[in-house]
Amino acid sequence: MMPNRILICGGTGCISSHSRPVMDRLEKELQQANLDQEYQIIFTGCQGFCEQGPIIIVEKDSTFYCRVDPDQVPAIVQDHLKAGRPVEELLYTNPDTGITARTRDEVVFFQKQKRLVLHNCGLIDPENIDEYIARGGYKALEKALAADPLQIIEMIKKSGLRGRGGGGFPAGIKWETARNAAGKHKYVVCNADEGDPGAFMDRSIMEGDPHAVLEGMLIAGFAIGAQEGYIYIRAEYPLAVRRLLAAIRQAEEKGFIGDKILGSGFGFRIRVKQGAGAFVCGEETALIESIQGNRGMPRPRPPFPAIKGVWDMPTNVNNVETLANIPVILGMGAGEYAKIGTQQSKGTKIFALTGKINNTGLAEVPMGITLREIIYDIGGGIKDGKKFKAVQIGGPSGGCIPAEHLDVAIDYDSLISLGAMMGSGGLVVMDEETCMVDVARFFLTFTRTESCGKCTPCREGTKRLLEILERIVEGKGEKRDLETLERLGRNIIDSSLCGLGQSAPNPILSTLRYFRSEYELHIEQKVCPAGVCKALKHYRVIPEKCKACGLCKQECPVGAITGEKKAPHVIDPAKCAKCGECVKKCPFEAIVHG
Amino acid sequence: MERITVTINGNQYQALKGSTILKAAEANNIHIPTMCYEEGLSIPGCCRMCVVEVKGARKLLAACTTPVTEGMEIQTESDRVVEARKDILRLYLASHDLRCLTCERNGDCRLQDYCYRYKVEDTPYRGEQKKYPVDISNPFFFRDYSKCIMCGKCVRVCAEINGAYVYDFMEKGFDSKVTSAFDDPNQETACTFCGMCVQVCPVAALVEKSVMWAGRPWEMQKVKTTCPYCGVGCQLKLKVKDGRIIGVAKDKSGSNLGHLCVKGQFGWEYVHSPDRLTRPLLRKNGKLEPVSWEDAYNHIARRLSSIRDQYGGQALAGLSSAKCTNEENYLFQKFMRTLIHTNNVDHCARL
Repeated sequence: MMPNRILICGGTGCISSHSRPVMDRLEKELQQANLDQEYQIIFTGCQGFCEQGPIIIVEKDSTFYCRVDPDQVPAIVQDHLKAGRPVEELLYTNPDTGITARTRDEVVFFQKQKRLVLHNCGLIDPENIDEYIARGGYKALEKALAADPLQIIEMIKKSGLRGRGGGGFPAGIKWETARNAAGKHKYVVCNADEGDPGAFMDRSIMEGDPHAVLEGMLIAGFAIGAQEGYIYIRAEYPLAVRRLLAAIRQAEEKGFIGDKILGSGFGFRIRVKQGAGAFVCGEETALIESIQGNRGMPRPRPPFPAIKGVWDMPTNVNNVETLANIPVILGMGAGEYAKIGTQQSKGTKIFALTGKINNTGLAEVPMGITLREIIYDIGGGIKDGKKFKAVQIGGPSGGCIPAEHLDVAIDYDSLISLGAMMGSGGLVVMDEETCMVDVARFFLTFTRTESCGKCTPCREGTKRLLEILERIVEGKGEKRDLETLERLGRNIIDSSLCGLGQSAPNPILSTLRYFRSEYELHIEQKVCPAGVCKALKHYRVIPEKCKACGLCKQECPVGAITGEKKAPHVIDPAKCAKCGECVKKCPFEAIVHG
Repeated sequence: MERITVTINGNQYQALKGSTILKAAEANNIHIPTMCYEEGLSIPGCCRMCVVEVKGARKLLAACTTPVTEGMEIQTESDRVVEARKDILRLYLASHDLRCLTCERNGDCRLQDYCYRYKVEDTPYRGEQKKYPVDISNPFFFRDYSKCIMCGKCVRVCAEINGAYVYDFMEKGFDSKVTSAFDDPNQETACTFCGMCVQVCPVAALVEKSVMWAGRPWEMQKVKTTCPYCGVGCQLKLKVKDGRIIGVAKDKSGSNLGHLCVKGQFGWEYVHSPDRLTRPLLRKNGKLEPVSWEDAYNHIARRLSSIRDQYGGQALAGLSSAKCTNEENYLFQKFMRTLIHTNNVDHCARL
C-alpha cells in the first residue's frame, strides 16, 4: 500500500517561519506513534499562503493546517491521524466571515486563483523527479519531440503567451526570430535573476517545481534549434539553486537532458550560472554580458539577443515563469490556453502580494482579473482595517495605482495606460498611512543604487531625481521641483539605454499623476499628510488636554519636554528628536503631531 | 553596396544599407553630437547624446547604434530630441569641475561645444559632485576623474587598440568611475603610456603634462609630420607654440589611423635638448670639431675605401637602424655587399 502523504511547505517563506523544526517533530511523533510506515512526509515547494506559514496538508482528507508550531504537532498525530479528529485551532478561519476552512480549496485565498503554472507547487517533492513525472511531467517534452519545431513555435504563437518578466513581448515571435537567425550554435537562457523588491514568483516556481522550468527550456531549445541552455539565477536564492542543480542531475539520469533525448536526435545541456548581485543583470543583455564573464552592463539593441546573444550567437532569453508556462500550453493545447485571460494578454499571471495587506503571499490569477479582487478577495483586504491608498505594481520601475482604478481588468496594456507596468508581478499594497513622496523616494533609492552607470541619463539622472525627492521629504522642496521632476523623468525614460533607465522614473511620474497634492503639501506647506516624513513632523502638546502628569517628560530621551507641576507641558521643537515616544506614553492623548 | 532611401529632417537621402543613422547623417553633412562614439572603436551607445526621433519608435534611439532601414523617417533636431540632449548636458554639468577658465581643454572640449550648440548655460541640478584626487603618478599625463564624463573611450582604446586593458569601470550608477585595477595609479599598472587614451578623451579628464600652463589650444599651431622613431612612419601633428613643440595631437590620415606609441606621443623632448647634435663633428687632433656635411661624407668615403682596399671587405661591418624605412635598409645592405664587398651587415631590430 502506498503511504499517505503529509505535505509540509518548504518554500523559503515557510522555512523562515520554522517549517523544518515542524517537519523534524512530525517525523519523531510519527515514529513514536508507529505511524511512520503509514505516512510519508513530503517537504514541498511554496504553497503561496506565506502569511499563514508553516503550512501542513494531510493529503488523505485534504486537511489544511496553518501557522503550525512544533509543539502542536503531537496534536495532529494523536487527534487527527490516530483518532480522526482534525485539530480545529490549526485550521484557517477567515477573519472577515469567521468561517473556518477545512481544506485548501475552502480557503478564500485559493478560491479565486487559477493555479496553472503553480499546479505542482506545494503538492510535490521538488527534489524527486518521480513525483513530477507522476503528475504528467515531461509529457509535454515527449509531445514536442514528436512534432516539428515549427509546429511548436506556431503553437506558442497561437497561445498568445507574452513574456512574464515584465516586457510582455510575444514569446512565440521571439522563438521564431531565434530559430530563423543564422548561427552555428544557439542558446536558451532562463532569466532567473528576480530582483524586484518583494517579488518571489520565480523563486517559488524554481523551489517548488524546478522540472517545469527545465522542461520549458528543453522545449524552447528543441523549437529554436539550440544545443545549450543557461539558467542565470541570483546567488541570493541558494535553495532554488540547490533544487535546480538536483533537478538537472536527476533529469540527466533519466535521459531528459543530454544527447539524443528520449531517443530523438535532439541533444541539450543546461548549466546554472549564479549572478553576483546586480539588479541590472535581470536586463537580458546585461545578463548575457554577465554570463560571458563581463561586467553586467546592457548592450545596445539592435542587435537583439535572438540574433546576437550569448557569445554573439542567436539566444532566446525567457523568464522563469514564461518557461514554466510552456509545458502547460503543450499540455492543454494552445486553443484552450488562449481562452484564459483578455484579448491581448493570455493565460495567468503570478503576483507576489506584499505590503499592508492581510494575506501576503503568492497568487496565480487569470489575466483580466481586477486589482480589487486580488487585494480584497485573495489578499483579504488591508491590514488592521485601514483604508487602501495605492498599490505599487511592477517593481521599482512600476507605478502606483490609486483606489479609483481598482476595478480595471489587469493586463499588460491596461497597466501601461495607467502609468504602471506588469513588471515581474510584484504588488505592494499601501494604506492611508503611507506617504507617496516617501514611496517614490524609496524606489528611486533602489534604482539609483542599481543603475549600472553605463548611460548618462540613468547614471546621473536617477541621482538627481533622488536628490530632489530627498529635499522634498526634508521640507526643503521648492515649487519648481515638480516641474523639474517631470521634465527630467520624461527625458530619462526617453533617452536611456536599457529598460532600467527607461522605467526608473515611473514611481515618481505615477505618484505625481495621482497624488500631486501630496507633493504640493510637502513643498508649499511643509506638511506630510500621512505623517511619515520625519523632518515635517512637529510634535506639540494640546494645553487643554494636558494634565501635567509628567510621563512624557520622563520618557523624552532628549529632554525636549519641560513643564512644572499642574501646568501644561511644552515641547521644544529645536530639541525634539521626533521619536514619538511621548505620544505613545501620554494617557490623555494630549500630544499630537502634524 | 545596396542603397536605400531615408528621410532626415524632412529631406530624402540615399544611405548605404546596413549603415547606422549616425553614418548616414554624417555622409550627408548632418552633424549629430556624440560623446562616446569614436571611429575605429566598438560602439557602446552609452552617452545618449546622439539620440534621434524615429517615426514609429516609442523611445528616442541612439543614432550610433541604430541601423537605417528603407523609408525610415528621422528627426535629428526635433524639440523632443533637443530637450533630451539638453538634459544630458545639464546632468553632465551637475557633476563636472567647471573651472573652465584655466582648463587645458578650454576651447577644445566637446562638453563646451555642445553646451554652446544647445544653449545650455547652467544646470538646475544641485547636489553631490564627483570629486576625486588627480592621478599625477606617471611622467606623461594627468588623470582627473572630476572631469570625466564616463564616455568610456579610454577604456575601449586601451583594450581594443593597445591591448593593455588598463582601464575599466568600477562601482555602479552615480558612484561608478573609470579606473585601473584596484584603483591603482597608472604608474603601477600595465600601462605602456601610449597616450591614446589622452587623445580620445573628449574633455579634460586625461591631459598631457607637457601642455599644462604651456598655452591655450587656439594658440597652438598643429604641424603635420612623420614620427622619426621607426620605419612604420606614423603620422602625427606637433603642437607648436612660439616655435617650440609642447605636445602631440593625432593625425588620422596616415596608416597608423591616429594611433601612436609612447615614443611618438611623448618622446619629442630631445628636439629642444641642448645636448642634441645638430651638425657633423670630426675628431681632429683628438678633439671633436664641427665640419660641413660635404667634409664629413668625404671623410667617411675615404676611410671606408682605404680600409677595404688595404684589409678587404671582411674588415668592415655595417649596422643599420630600425628608424630607417624598409627601402633605406635595403639600400644599406646593398651598399655593404656591392661596394664594401662584405656580408657583415645587421640591423638593430629594435626601437
